[in-house]
Amino acid sequence: MSGEVRLSRRRFLKYAAGTAGALVIGIGSAEALDRPPPVGLLGDAWAQVGSYLRVAADGRIYIGVRDPDNGEGTATSLARIIAEELDADWSRVIVEPLGLGIQAGNGEPRFTYGRQRSGDATSIPAAWADLRQAGALGRWLILQAAARRLGLPADQLHTENGVVIASDGRRLSYADLASAAASIDAPSTAPPLKATDAYRLIGQPAGDVDARAAVTGQLRYAGDDSTGDAVVAVLARCPYPGGSLDTADREAARKIAGVYDVIDITPEQGQLAGTAVQVPSIAVLATDTWSALAGRAALKATWKQGPSVEPSAYTLEQKALELFGDEAGAAEPSTVRNDGDVAAARKKAARALEATYFQPWIAHATAETPNCVVRLDADTSITVIAATQSPRAAYAVVQRMTGFKPEQIDIQVPRGGGGFGRRLEQDYIAEAVAVALAKKDDTVRNRPIKLLWTRDDDLAHDYYRPLAVHRLNASIDRKKAIVGWHQRMASPSMLVGRATPDNRLWQSELVPDALPAGLVPNFRSDWYPLESQLARGEWRGSPHVTPAFATESFIDEIAHSLKLNPLDFRLAMLGEGRQLPYNGRGGPLDTARLANVLKLAAEKIDWSRWLRSENGLGIACSYVFGAYVAHAIEVAPTADGIDIRRAVCVADVGRAINPLGLEAQLQGATMDALSTALNLAITVKDGKVQQTGFRDYPVSATQPLPYEVETVIVPSTAEPTGASVIGVPSAAPALANAVFRATAVRVRRLPLLRELSRLR
Amino acid sequence: MAQQGPTSPVPVPTRQDASQPAPKPVREGIDLIINDKRYRHSGDKTMPLLWYLRDVLRLTGAKYGCDQGDCGFCTVIVDGKAVASCQTPMEKLTGKRVTTVEGLAGADGKLHPVQQAWIDEDAIMCGFCQPGQIMAAVDLLSRQKNPSDADIDKIGNLCRCGSYGRIRKAIKRAAGNMKDGKA
Repeated sequence: MSGEVRLSRRRFLKYAAGTAGALVIGIGSAEALDRPPPVGLLGDAWAQVGSYLRVAADGRIYIGVRDPDNGEGTATSLARIIAEELDADWSRVIVEPLGLGIQAGNGEPRFTYGRQRSGDATSIPAAWADLRQAGALGRWLILQAAARRLGLPADQLHTENGVVIASDGRRLSYADLASAAASIDAPSTAPPLKATDAYRLIGQPAGDVDARAAVTGQLRYAGDDSTGDAVVAVLARCPYPGGSLDTADREAARKIAGVYDVIDITPEQGQLAGTAVQVPSIAVLATDTWSALAGRAALKATWKQGPSVEPSAYTLEQKALELFGDEAGAAEPSTVRNDGDVAAARKKAARALEATYFQPWIAHATAETPNCVVRLDADTSITVIAATQSPRAAYAVVQRMTGFKPEQIDIQVPRGGGGFGRRLEQDYIAEAVAVALAKKDDTVRNRPIKLLWTRDDDLAHDYYRPLAVHRLNASIDRKKAIVGWHQRMASPSMLVGRATPDNRLWQSELVPDALPAGLVPNFRSDWYPLESQLARGEWRGSPHVTPAFATESFIDEIAHSLKLNPLDFRLAMLGEGRQLPYNGRGGPLDTARLANVLKLAAEKIDWSRWLRSENGLGIACSYVFGAYVAHAIEVAPTADGIDIRRAVCVADVGRAINPLGLEAQLQGATMDALSTALNLAITVKDGKVQQTGFRDYPVSATQPLPYEVETVIVPSTAEPTGASVIGVPSAAPALANAVFRATAVRVRRLPLLRELSRLR
Repeated sequence: MAQQGPTSPVPVPTRQDASQPAPKPVREGIDLIINDKRYRHSGDKTMPLLWYLRDVLRLTGAKYGCDQGDCGFCTVIVDGKAVASCQTPMEKLTGKRVTTVEGLAGADGKLHPVQQAWIDEDAIMCGFCQPGQIMAAVDLLSRQKNPSDADIDKIGNLCRCGSYGRIRKAIKRAAGNMKDGKA
């Protein structure tokens, strides 16, 4: 038995009877309509209709989660969204990560579960739009089945925590009704969603669904896969961007006990950044990691610089300053936005201010280094197990490299040990596939390849957040209002090498509608390209992050130069509550909601102390992917630096699906942003990255981070937004603003601690 | 358990397993006890415990993070003390007793109070550092019944997700429960 309910022209729900009396519900798009049954997580109907929801006859409820969870909490929150509409007993819910939903159709791959990308805080809004319907259909079918069995109209029944209760008091469990529900005729339209005031799960705190597995060591990350007798691969990679191999002693490596083979890996030419092997390398294959590492050391590989040597940060910064020039001599930029006339505003201004901000290259340094397991059955199929934020991008890489058809490719996506944008790049998967293909004819051909990056590999071959130089000019009128704002940014765009036209390269660097755009009548935002060969990528909402440090620091500087309280100054800038147009990225922007988070942050940290406190108070705000966030930070000066006494993060994300998870995201993002701003820089010397480990790249070092991050979540019934990156952009400027109050030193260059000790 | 590679441990019967025939007394090896089971490592003596656990025994709870002893993801307990297993060569482990995160819960599945506290405080984000954090906390609580914030911060295990606040709370909760004999 099965049925189908259309949600729209292109989207539909399907349901069917599963084995052992289960009801199975899936959601799909028109692209996946004629889906053949591939190898399913739980077999049978689960596989036929897209695996979202299975109500088993033993009372267990299986919920599949399509988006990768790298610590963002999506496994928990997406499952809660479905369970809520189903009115399921949460204690019986089992959450399973879905691999890539892929099938063949007319020679083209069809992606059963849609986008399946974890990044840009999109998982929750997308799930809100379609996953609720799957749960609602399940509840409706179960209610109809109960009505039939009890001989009562469905409107005399209601559901509660996995049980149908009749007006006469009779009760039937979902488990008892699952099989009958699968044979109910489909409703003509999508069943209604729950009234939001009836929510029992959404808005209530829930612990991570994988907590027990995590604390017992049973949570399987990709590298924990123990299927088959894997061959471990580690690679020696060329440290010079654009460089090549000079010498390597392959025989010495082969002589190491446990080493099977040594394979040269050459990057494919002409592939887009992030979809292929990054650099020339030599793979050492061995029986275990220790032997592979010994083999790699025995290679004593040496490398040559390429035709052009990668410049240092200093060189890039000087280039940026040249590009900015003075107003007249500036190079031709990409103009991202141009309202009014900033030059005319400047001529008329009562006062003009200028400041330049410098931010270094930043690495992701995910806890779990890049790694990938590949099982290649040379002529028939390939299984790839890897934490990736984009299973579809991983598929494209694997398909191109193997030439396999969709049904021959299985992409499994277990929990990842941190993402932050690093796993939007598929280079480590390309490496593992390249190694597997290279060894397909030799003695270890039928064994899985387990490719591991060491920490020095990770820091030397990341897709770094671009170094950025911002120059800001403000024109102020006699009423102390900003009437002109000219923002110039120079950076090596992460979009170079990704098929983006040159005149759109700014899109990964600046957001045209980012504040104070829309608040200042004469506003101009320009972007200048810097040339670098280092690989670049997304880093925790990066187009919001480096501009926010410059912008939110500069607003604070302007307030101070006008002898105004920076909080009052910001609130005056935001003005009356109104909607500002904001193209994509969660817009429009509601200035009242932004003012509200600022006020709440100020209240929480007791901003009334701002003028007289010995400690410095700083504040900043941001609007990211539809979420409104403010940070307030208190800094005490110490003999040799600073101590962060308090950190407050206030967020309005609309309806919070899981407040406990949201709090963790805000706390973690604030800690990361502060730690990054305080201490971290990737530097280039002699054409290569210098950092090799946590000693010279002290990510998440606990000092002088705050004891805790105090969070306030604004109650809201607005559409939910994402949570994972929103706590980043305003933290660093709030810190710098507090440091200025505490030390009278304005830090315009990150990392902050190094610059502060230089200036003091 | 999955197939074993060529450096698989020579299986040595445990005491509970006395009915099994005795192992052939052949190769030299390093005898040690891991999670109450006896193993003999006959491969490279310089192999760090981390890779013996992960690659040979397929006990993957201890994670790789930096191979410099800085991150603590690979923390296990050796003779009652937390160590970075990536910095502990097998040759130093003869006769030692090793506990990994897999060996922490009781045979009946009852969680160690530290594990339970981690769940109760929802201290997991990506989860990758947590086996090491938990082993470090178990070690701390075995020495300090009432750890101060400073004691806790001295552990120094990294959490890339920044779950430090909840980790601290979880350690204090576990300390309280262990003292009260609740767990």
